[in-house]
Amino acid sequence: MADLTRDDVAHLAGLARIDLSEAELDRMVGELGVILESVATVQQAPTDGVEPMSHPMPLVNVTRPDVVRPSLSPDAALAGAPDAEQQRFSVPRILDEE
Amino acid sequence: MSTTTGERTLGFDEALAAYDPAMGLEVHVELGTATKMFCGCPTEFGAEPNTQVCPVCLGLPGALPVVNAVAVESAIRIGLALNCSIASWCRFARKNYFYPDMPKNFQTSQYDEPIAFDGYLDVELEDGSVHRVEIERAHMEEDTGKSLHVGGSTGRIHGATHSLVDYNRAGIPLIEIVTKPILGTREKAPEVAKAYVSALRDLLKALEVSDVKMEQGSMRCDVNLSLAPSGSGALGTRTETKNVNSLRSVERAVRYEVGRHAAVLSGGGSITQETRHWHEDTGITTSGRVKSDAEDYRYFPEPDLVPVAPSVETVEALRATLPEPPAERRKRLQAEWGYSDLEMRDVLNAGLVDLIGETVAAGASPAAARKWWSGEVARRANTEGEDVPSYAARLGVTPAQVVELEGLVTGGRLNDSMARQAWEGVLDGEGTPTEVADARGLELVQDTGALEAAVDSVIAANPDVAEKIRGGKVQAVGALIGQVMKEMRGQADAATARQIILERLGQG
Amino acid sequence: MTTDLTRATAAELADLLTAGSVSSREVTRALLDRTAAVDGAVHSYLHVDEEGALAAADAVDRRRAAGEGLHALAGVPIAVKDVMATQGLPTTCGSRILEGWVPPYDATLVARLREAGMPILGKTNMDEFAMGSSTEHSAYGPSRNPWDLDRIPGGSGGGSSSVVASFQAPLAIGTDTGGSIRQPAAVTGTVGTKPTYGGVSRYGLVALASSLDQAGPCTRTVLDAALLHEVIGGHDPMDSTSIDAPVPPVVEAARRADVSGMRIGIVKELTGEGFQPGVQARFDEAVQHLVDAGAEVVEVSCPSFSYALAAYYLILPSEASSNLAKFDAMRYGLRVSPDGVDAPSAEQVMAATRDAGFGDEVKRRIILGTYALSSGYYDAYYGSAQKVRRLIADDFTRAFGSADVLVTPTAPTTAFRLGDKLDDPMAMYLNDIATIPANLAGIPGLSLPSGLADEDGLPAGFQVLAPAMADDRLYSVGAALEARLTAAWGGPLLDRAPEMDEVTR
Repeated sequence: MADLTRDDVAHLAGLARIDLSEAELDRMVGELGVILESVATVQQAPTDGVEPMSHPMPLVNVTRPDVVRPSLSPDAALAGAPDAEQQRFSVPRILDEE
Repeated sequence: MSTTTGERTLGFDEALAAYDPAMGLEVHVELGTATKMFCGCPTEFGAEPNTQVCPVCLGLPGALPVVNAVAVESAIRIGLALNCSIASWCRFARKNYFYPDMPKNFQTSQYDEPIAFDGYLDVELEDGSVHRVEIERAHMEEDTGKSLHVGGSTGRIHGATHSLVDYNRAGIPLIEIVTKPILGTREKAPEVAKAYVSALRDLLKALEVSDVKMEQGSMRCDVNLSLAPSGSGALGTRTETKNVNSLRSVERAVRYEVGRHAAVLSGGGSITQETRHWHEDTGITTSGRVKSDAEDYRYFPEPDLVPVAPSVETVEALRATLPEPPAERRKRLQAEWGYSDLEMRDVLNAGLVDLIGETVAAGASPAAARKWWSGEVARRANTEGEDVPSYAARLGVTPAQVVELEGLVTGGRLNDSMARQAWEGVLDGEGTPTEVADARGLELVQDTGALEAAVDSVIAANPDVAEKIRGGKVQAVGALIGQVMKEMRGQADAATARQIILERLGQG
Repeated sequence: MTTDLTRATAAELADLLTAGSVSSREVTRALLDRTAAVDGAVHSYLHVDEEGALAAADAVDRRRAAGEGLHALAGVPIAVKDVMATQGLPTTCGSRILEGWVPPYDATLVARLREAGMPILGKTNMDEFAMGSSTEHSAYGPSRNPWDLDRIPGGSGGGSSSVVASFQAPLAIGTDTGGSIRQPAAVTGTVGTKPTYGGVSRYGLVALASSLDQAGPCTRTVLDAALLHEVIGGHDPMDSTSIDAPVPPVVEAARRADVSGMRIGIVKELTGEGFQPGVQARFDEAVQHLVDAGAEVVEVSCPSFSYALAAYYLILPSEASSNLAKFDAMRYGLRVSPDGVDAPSAEQVMAATRDAGFGDEVKRRIILGTYALSSGYYDAYYGSAQKVRRLIADDFTRAFGSADVLVTPTAPTTAFRLGDKLDDPMAMYLNDIATIPANLAGIPGLSLPSGLADEDGLPAGFQVLAPAMADDRLYSVGAALEARLTAAWGGPLLDRAPEMDEVTR
């Protein structure tokens, strides 16, 4: 159950887009194992038939009218960009996908 | 990975001899709301890059989404128009994956609680038969930004050195409409796919929720396809062909994938579950990313948005706003206008229904409306590569002008051939039908003296024919009428000419 | 005028400003001078905005001179936790990955402070992305506890607790996801409130766990907390989870300080065993003070609380793993290329940046959350945690059937030494055992000092919890207790803290 292997952690780090070093992987396997063992106790709680709770307050149907609000200026939008070109965010080459 | 040479394919008929196709169609529609799904940025197409962005749709730290009320209403109306059940309580969910055009690195979507589910759409095929396509779900989500790939040879992602991202489109409301597996279509599979997308487009247009412009990407189609051995009733491994963005391409993509799957399967191979890219220019698909366990979207309920729980009253109020379903409307109009099946189909295929409706409403007869909008105008629009309504709109030619033209004919000023000339003048930009008739001197000759003289001269020149008519062969009169009209250079009323000839020859 | 402006409460400053006895510039200047003198030792601030604060002070002084109607706290300076977006001011969340980021917008809460004419002194230190109980996880070094500079000021909001405890600001903004306002208040002898979830807008609060986060006041008195609560509270259409109702009458409650006839519930599971004896002793005395003030004590049981920590450390990392995905080097913040890779892809740059830009604790929780949400494990972890969350909320509902408020020690211990728990994540997590249940259920909580623990002479905290939207009850109880304790001590507890020049010696 709480047996997280080094490969598991490497896979999760990939999903989370974190390039963990070998040393970090080694360390994290142990740390996560301890934490997981502790948090896995939720499975012992008497939760049969209990409705999961995703939101602390029971609000519903909060919407806004379809009315335009001012956007940022392109300068403000791009101000924090590590790199920009042609009023666009410049990003490294994207690996094949759509 | 070449995009010009396809893989081996079997012929369509050969493929169907051995396999049954199953399809699933996923259509993404951009809603025509004034603002984005979760923020107040405008949605106009074609704006300068990154001018329609704010902390929310840029995914800046701290920003929070708030749902666009009109987007929810549109989603419910689409669901109702697709005969779906509407969820009494549903949530948004986060679909987590990293991609540079997605500012938050999760897409706010819906997962196991779609706003609309379990519906259907009946689609009519060329032969008049109807196929019911079952709808699995319609859910709300948001669009991504757009990347411009720089440094590659053709602007493609492959070989690019870097990419430039514009987030104007990020956060535009999308409705994703997913069918259940479409089975039992056999050789009609490509046509059913096309007819479904076409019917869906008409429906969304009638609902006025989207401009449904496939060429601009406001309606996009993914085609899932699998083959199973004929009669097995099984479902094979599917591929998902992305972004098939015209009606014709939907049909072609289905046909291509059927042939490709069949070639793989009949060669003893197996289909890889993967995404395929459609190439409009070459009409083939190429392999995209393989669906693997790396594709773990880690959906969970969006904590920054509260549930959507439309009341029964809300849903019924929205139901009352639904327009007549396009298929029913078509039947009603055909009956009202008295068109034959063939005439109606031509009108539909030419996209003339609305224009004719407006013209009839303006006072024209349905026959005249059809006649004037489908002849010369259609030919010219086709040459220009436009549809008639947009062509007519560009030229400023209106339903009122058709009414005016018909009035000139029924009022006796123009005959049919003169009316055609007048209409050509209108299309040439010479003015209204009356102005063209005036300018070109188009007018039936009302002076019967000139007509009587012409009749006498034609009878004199054709004694044999005249004798036959005197003898009772009235149908021979056509030959004489033709000559009289020729003598009058067309500016006479054929019915009057006929009457005078028959009177002269004792048959009046 | 002999008042030491740095030691005055916000309420006192407001009176002085209204009376025209001092200007906002004088107050702001005094606080900035205090910062120049002591923050080298305490390190409450990540960024001090001297120029902006003085300009805002001058603006409010001009408006006052012109006879304009001003907000009660106009001219009273404030420090803001670095997790709130501040237009034109760096906002780093204590992380390398946001180093130098200047937001192009204000959080709603910050906009309300500016509208009220409150000069913003600077941005306070915090554990990276609010993950921690000590500020030791700040990428920019820890803050220190004014009571003992070798000890932690609590976390994640140790910058905000220490900034008020060291008299660099009368008021600060904190955020509380599992105790990050209340636990720092407890260990620094200050006051902190986590309002009802949805009571204060989260727009512009850089999310750790969206369904748990709530911003609130960090102050030295209960009345000051209520005054600040009123400024920042109330509906915000930019936050879907914001409650569309008036702010509960918190200031009135703090001024009345009336607990007569109130039923005070002691949570059986959050008392006694596991709590430092000195902390427990001060708690018991505080309860007796409330009884003396006319309250009635009842005992309640919340059996599901034993699963609260586990549920919390699944829900928080899950939401955080998704919330923190946006830090990817594409649009803002740090961008790092992987070593030895020629022309790296966006994917590689993302992964290298996130490895370099996030600290260990952040990475640990992201990986944990990624695991808890991943296919095949969702039901066992995240799903079970959401059910436990419901059980905890139900426990509170039952408890509030027999008690008007619940009380507990805020944290199990007084401030521990820097480094003591840094290598033991689970030990660190246990600091929040008494504060976490309120976040899971969305209810409000307040911590105020209950005295100094006998064994170490360090402050202990007393926590009051109330039903959702009954935040005013926190202030009734808090103010009543504060009045009696202050009388018993012969002055505010912080008067007993060592002078800074003494501790920096």
